[in-house]
Amino acid sequence: MTEISPILALANVSKSFPGVRALNDVSFSLYPGEVTALIGENGAGKSTIVKILTGIYIPDGGEIRVNGATQHFSSPRDSWGAGIAAIHQETVMFDELSVAENIFMGHMPGGHLIDWRDTKAKARALLASIEADFDADAKLKTLSVAQKHMVEITRALSHDANVIIMDEPTASLSRHEIDELFRIVAQLKAEGRAIIFISHKFDEIFRLSDRFVCLRDGEKVGEGMTSDVSEPDLVRMMVGRPVDQVFPKRDIPLGPTVLEIDGLSNATEFADVSLKLRKGEILGLYGLVGAGRSEAMQAVFGMSKPTAGRVKMNGQELTIHEPIDAIHAGISYVPEDRQEQGAFLPLGIRENITMASLSTHVRNFLLSRRSEQSAARALGGRLSVKAAHWEQSLGELSGGNQQKVVIAKWLATKPKLIILDEPTKGIDVGSKAAVHDFIGELAEDGLAVILISSELPEIMGLSDRVIVMHEGRIAARFERGVGTGALAWSAEAIVAAATGAPIEERAA
Amino acid sequence: MMHDPSPTPSRYTVEDRAPRKLSSFLLRWESILVMMLATVIIGNTLKSPYFLDPFNLADATYNFSEKAIMALIMALLILVREIDLSVAAILAVSSLAIGFMGDAGYGTLALVLTGLFVGTLCGAFNGFLVTRSGVPSIVITIGTMSLYRGITQVSLGDQALSTFPQSYLDLGQTYFIDWPPVPLSFFIFLVLACVFGVFLHKTAIGRQLFAIGANPVAARFSGIRVDRIRFALFTVSGLLAGLGAVLLTARIGVMRPNIGLGWELDIITMVILGGVAISGGVGTIGGVVLAVFVLGLSTFGLALMNVPGIVINVLLGLLLIISIAAPILIRMATGKR
Amino acid sequence: MSVFLKYREWVLAAIISLMVTGISLYAPAFGTLDNATGVLNDTAFLFMMSLAQMVVILTRGIDLSVAANLALTGMLTGIFNEVFPDLPALVYVAVALTLGCGLGLINGTLIALLRIPPIVVTLGTLAIFRGMIVVIGGGSQVNTSDMSASFVGFPKLSFLSLSSVFWIAAIVALLAWFFLSLTRAGRGLYAVGGNPVAARYCGISLPFQQVLAYAISGAVAGMSGYLWVARYGVAYVEIASGYELTVIAACVIGGVSIGGGVGTVAGTLLGALFVGVIVNALPVMQVSPFWQMLISGAVILAAVIINARAEGRGLKLILPEARRAAAQAKR
Repeated sequence: MTEISPILALANVSKSFPGVRALNDVSFSLYPGEVTALIGENGAGKSTIVKILTGIYIPDGGEIRVNGATQHFSSPRDSWGAGIAAIHQETVMFDELSVAENIFMGHMPGGHLIDWRDTKAKARALLASIEADFDADAKLKTLSVAQKHMVEITRALSHDANVIIMDEPTASLSRHEIDELFRIVAQLKAEGRAIIFISHKFDEIFRLSDRFVCLRDGEKVGEGMTSDVSEPDLVRMMVGRPVDQVFPKRDIPLGPTVLEIDGLSNATEFADVSLKLRKGEILGLYGLVGAGRSEAMQAVFGMSKPTAGRVKMNGQELTIHEPIDAIHAGISYVPEDRQEQGAFLPLGIRENITMASLSTHVRNFLLSRRSEQSAARALGGRLSVKAAHWEQSLGELSGGNQQKVVIAKWLATKPKLIILDEPTKGIDVGSKAAVHDFIGELAEDGLAVILISSELPEIMGLSDRVIVMHEGRIAARFERGVGTGALAWSAEAIVAAATGAPIEERAA
Repeated sequence: MMHDPSPTPSRYTVEDRAPRKLSSFLLRWESILVMMLATVIIGNTLKSPYFLDPFNLADATYNFSEKAIMALIMALLILVREIDLSVAAILAVSSLAIGFMGDAGYGTLALVLTGLFVGTLCGAFNGFLVTRSGVPSIVITIGTMSLYRGITQVSLGDQALSTFPQSYLDLGQTYFIDWPPVPLSFFIFLVLACVFGVFLHKTAIGRQLFAIGANPVAARFSGIRVDRIRFALFTVSGLLAGLGAVLLTARIGVMRPNIGLGWELDIITMVILGGVAISGGVGTIGGVVLAVFVLGLSTFGLALMNVPGIVINVLLGLLLIISIAAPILIRMATGKR
Repeated sequence: MSVFLKYREWVLAAIISLMVTGISLYAPAFGTLDNATGVLNDTAFLFMMSLAQMVVILTRGIDLSVAANLALTGMLTGIFNEVFPDLPALVYVAVALTLGCGLGLINGTLIALLRIPPIVVTLGTLAIFRGMIVVIGGGSQVNTSDMSASFVGFPKLSFLSLSSVFWIAAIVALLAWFFLSLTRAGRGLYAVGGNPVAARYCGISLPFQQVLAYAISGAVAGMSGYLWVARYGVAYVEIASGYELTVIAACVIGGVSIGGGVGTVAGTLLGALFVGVIVNALPVMQVSPFWQMLISGAVILAAVIINARAEGRGLKLILPEARRAAAQAKR
């Protein structure tokens, strides 16, 4: 089949940012009517490729060829012009505007004057072609997440694109909605379009893709036909070593119960969440993005008010109004979004590290710089933060080092329980391994750890027990090496519980 | 450089402090302000023999001390990404209350306490609205500005209040220290500047203000009581506007509804020129104090040269924009993003 | 509350009608056609200026310099008239538009290219523009006696007993509607204000949209400057002092979101009308005009707080029953 010429080809594309080589000499081709899975860990360079193909980044070297002709994209318009459209990871759209306008924003029919009748008619036709069940006049903010996704797909179709990039399109969809999406993808394939499919879920990759391209640390480390490889092959390629060596599980004797949550609920986000956690134990909290895991744990931490339920630490019931109360009770929460929720970029490393434990550095009502400095040295050193000096502003450090500083801030509060929300999201492979090691160390030091993660290998590799949440409720509980059938300690069972499959269906 | 033995040795050597470089010291915003201040003083001294006269300088401080006091708290508000456009209107309401109390024959202490109390009340109302509604403070305080100023207009119309005990007027019209001559308002400003400086740069809550300004969400996650601090800042803003009213009313001896009209913009100019970033998380009290002197002394010097007040405003507006634009242009020119 | 959001313009219109009815019952003089035209004529400036301010606020910006621009352009056009008297009035309109637009471009350039926050830039230019009036005019006034007949006469023309200023405001409103709903550049303003990142992905240029918004704001302020000076027969430093805040208030009452991306021509016009009705009703009701500020302050606060509550401080909808309930409420 090699005589079919590719629609799109990347040849020796490279891209660097200050201090980071994001892409190094990457080449691959896309063929009509085929789905190519782009796989790799977070930070491997997938999103850099997406941004280059959509004209957001300009590559430092290499070429992009569309139907054999070399193209230079300096803006998203150029990329559309060449027939490339993307459905982005976060739905990047306009909540206050209509569906039709969201579909055509930036390329409204009719030149400088918008032809609304034409716009709406075209939008309706496109929506009908993927059998959408909402109107082009609806305001975007009235749609569900899945419906917004369909708007994104329609938006890609509106460019009459031959190449459609789907960046983790299923991350926040229910099982039924994913089936719907796959139906649309099959339809697009049949129409002879080429699709780049980015996903972390192997079942989807094998179900949907014809080819794969694997990236690691900005380099292509493998490509081929999906039918020729197995899941362990792909994991080995992505991670660079055999999968069973990735997460050395430490053997830690468990202590007394530290945390007890009983029937925690709030109005719309989670209901009846109960769990217990012992000293030295790592509890994995798994589920799809948007299953209510972070929301429930943030309520424990005092970021929001639960409507029912109790939280006990070391047998004592807590009244938590604000995070500071949780911190005083010995709870730490390392949030998911480092830039948005964790880091103070303009402030220095020392100031970041001491921010959640300032009261311990007060002497005679004033902050002691000396005491702060020794804390920065001790914790920054323990986490191997790489920096020129402790006063350097956090914004100047790499993502992995920023993450270390944020974790150091939490360790400085001397917690008994630490909740880690997606601690390895968006950091490179090297730092990731360090974080995994470190999580084991924390448990060894006698902390109780709750690990919220969407990466199944990470969850299974590190946790003693796994609790799976689905649509705001606990769907199943798993214990390492225990259980059979639907509750066996297996990837299949855990994923099935996360997607909300009924228990009898899972057992089959 | 001393190194305590760390519990686990790090793979990297990290210094305690930034290496001291002359260039980074000179490029600090405060250093630039010092140079500006020096230029203003030298220029004015050369231009006018009256400039360096202690009594003239003391009188010059009258014109900016009340604003400068209010600028201190405005700096903290802007540092945490808030703004209070109603300060001048709060000053007017407080002044109104002082005026009424004066008319009713109350003594100096009652007048002062009334001014402070009414200001605090107005500020607390702002804080309540901002923290409870989640609406940006610029919108809330545009609303309360109209409301407060409206109250003074409704109460007084085109009348004025001017019955005050002499001991009250003395607060604003005599020197607090006779030699060197220091008016009360300027003395209070200096004391408060020290208090604010220590508070912002040396205390835990001061540090937390930087955190809120740099990243309000992360600040909440770090156990900082963000809403409580915001509420407190708006309340103190009201209190200091009340203090401004006490001093200003005593100085001019008459209360009209247009008292302090437009002051909010002058105060914000002082803060921004002082290097506090509108985007939050960056700024020093030292910078604000220097900016107060740069603005106050250049205004005074230009006035000595008989430049009309409104023209001075042009120059100050230009100074504001140029001082913000220049570092950006330099960064663009040297290619650092 | 969601009703208020969905039909907020209708609600605002209903509130205004109720107000007008109530005031007319109390003071029959208010309910006359004569008075209605008077209100519209008086509010004409606020109509135009609020629409222009909305264009800026849509991009997440703010233009505090509009009133100063109005005063400066008014003064400059007055001086232009002294030098070139007896030109057709439309020439003066064009001159004022151009001058105002130029001043707006200064704001736009500083904001878009140097990325200085809009509030800082326009705070600075507010002081500069006001001061320039004195620097250029030498501190003197331009009075009616200095103005030519064509210059002064134009704003006094009327059609159907509505003044030319009102008709110009009407044209501005039509153009604003046309621009904001039918042109790419107009929709681009909503895009950059609603979601700057998404706008970038859609190939919409933020600097272009910003420069455009401040240029429009400046042009409308400049034109209003000529009309204002000619109508009231005087140009000096203090005219329209503090008017920028009234303009912003009208926008906020009309439902323009300071957060950007939300606002309609109809809403803004109603917001301005609301302020206009209050201003004109006070003397009729023999209430001191000093109440105006207090009332508009109270109304702004009420409007934004009702709005904020309606939008809620969102919990996510994760539980299936919560999603179903929300979907049902939507219908």
